[in-house]
Amino acid sequence: MDYNASDKIVKRIYPEVKDLSAVSQSAPEELITALKIRNLSCYYGDKKAVDSVSMDIYQGQITAIIGPSGCGKSTFIKAINRISELEAKVRFEGDVEFFGQNIYNRRVNLNKLRRQIGMVFQKPNPFPISIYDNVAYGIRVAGRKSRSELDEFVESALRGAAIWDEVKDNLKKSALGLSGGQQQRLCIARALAVKPKMLLMDEPCSALDPIATMKIEELLQTLREELTIAIVTHNMQQASRVSDYTAFFNTDESRIGQLIEFGPTAKIFTDATNPGTRDYIAGRFG
Amino acid sequence: MIDRASPPIPEDSSLEELQSSLPIGRTIFTIGMTVLAFAFTGLALLPLLAILFAILRQGLPNLNWETLTSLPAPVGMEGVANGFANATLGTLIMVGIASLISIPFGLMTGIFLSEFSRDSKVASAIRFITTVLTGIPSVIVGVFAYAVVVLTTGGFSALAGGFALSILMLPVVALTTEEALKLVPISQRLASAALGSNRFQTTFKIVVATALPGITTGILLAVARAAGETAPLIFTALFSDNWPTGLSDPTPSLSVLIYNYANSPFSEQNELAWTASVVLVSLILLISVLSRLVTRRIIKS
Repeated sequence: MDYNASDKIVKRIYPEVKDLSAVSQSAPEELITALKIRNLSCYYGDKKAVDSVSMDIYQGQITAIIGPSGCGKSTFIKAINRISELEAKVRFEGDVEFFGQNIYNRRVNLNKLRRQIGMVFQKPNPFPISIYDNVAYGIRVAGRKSRSELDEFVESALRGAAIWDEVKDNLKKSALGLSGGQQQRLCIARALAVKPKMLLMDEPCSALDPIATMKIEELLQTLREELTIAIVTHNMQQASRVSDYTAFFNTDESRIGQLIEFGPTAKIFTDATNPGTRDYIAGRFG
Repeated sequence: MIDRASPPIPEDSSLEELQSSLPIGRTIFTIGMTVLAFAFTGLALLPLLAILFAILRQGLPNLNWETLTSLPAPVGMEGVANGFANATLGTLIMVGIASLISIPFGLMTGIFLSEFSRDSKVASAIRFITTVLTGIPSVIVGVFAYAVVVLTTGGFSALAGGFALSILMLPVVALTTEEALKLVPISQRLASAALGSNRFQTTFKIVVATALPGITTGILLAVARAAGETAPLIFTALFSDNWPTGLSDPTPSLSVLIYNYANSPFSEQNELAWTASVVLVSLILLISVLSRLVTRRIIKS
């Protein structure tokens, strides 16, 4: 197969990918590993869904997780805050260390873990209460706070999610009255309010229109200063636009998801090592 | 926008005519079925309307402030205020006792079934037993309460009546609570958990709060059902022609008053039974309408 031709296609489809030479300067040695994943396998009951993933997610970087449907992207990301344990009978093998602490340790407090690793879901899921109470919810369940402190936290979270100006006069109104894009940014604000170290996003824009998507992508760039972000996306242009690192997942013949390739986004999109990655990036399947 | 004439419609013999009239047989069938449906709907509504009409016709003339606020007059006494205020009060007391017992237990059962043990064997056993309990005839519940409370405490009482009614309410509250909680989408639970709240916080701050209107509807329907029960009260609370004196004394109720006075040979007691029926039906109607309003609020939000 002629990969030079496919590279040309790639450059045409993904003009926003940063230049490779620029990327190589920020070598991984300078980065701090936020999440060290080694041989992580996920099972639903007896069925293996994700097989032996090993990769690092670096602090302050945006890591995109791409791949065709059913390749285990969501299963993988939901294993990081162990939220999938609430949805189904799941079992994990391997090690995931969050700043040196194994998250699968028997003594891990899941509430503390999830406060450190926040999550934004595919469909906006605000609670059917006021905008203010939505954002304050996470702070309140973590412990009592004074009224003024709460106000301060809520405002800074809403500002952080770039939605403050739109809702500041309607804080007492129901969150369900917001548009889909606003609801999703509210969900991001809600996640930011508990001051997580890391934010997991499971296809956060797939239910949104292009303008709302753009707003969230812009937001990601401002959030990266304080947060480590992992984002699952079906939209490869989005991955190329927003992320620093990209992990490509795919399934084998037995329908088990695997990590095919992981590296700087520019390298994955222009000079992938694995032919499967190149084919997917060039739109030849998936 | 460019303004231009539409291109001509091509002549295509394979294009089928879009308009067509129904065959005559189908038209007749449609009309016939519509008439039949209306007729049966009317027939089904007939008993309800007939009952309401009969009750209102016989009961309304005597409905006044006096009947609502005074005690039943001894038979044969002329010029004494005649009413059933004691029965109304007794019904409210016993439904209140029943609610105090059945709502906490029912709520907790529903929450346990939906949130803490959804697919376990214990849950399916509880669910089965609760469903069976909804189908138990109320007279048997009355006999049961008689054996358990009246015989052990040595007398008919409002407590025994409330206990019997609570057994009738319990499964309704539990099952409607479970259903209402199940309607809360899993995404709400996940969102709450992802913010670091534990199961207890998720259940009570998010799930129950979201399902509250649905739960309220279930509770009100259970209350409406209990308010109209007669058989369990005959065995437990009995009746009295005086004001309720205490929770451990025989207590009058609207439904038992209707039962007693309707069978009475004295016409003034028969009349009182009709009027009490109006009050009882209005009470139940009021609760049902209230539950409807609560339900409508859910749909709106």
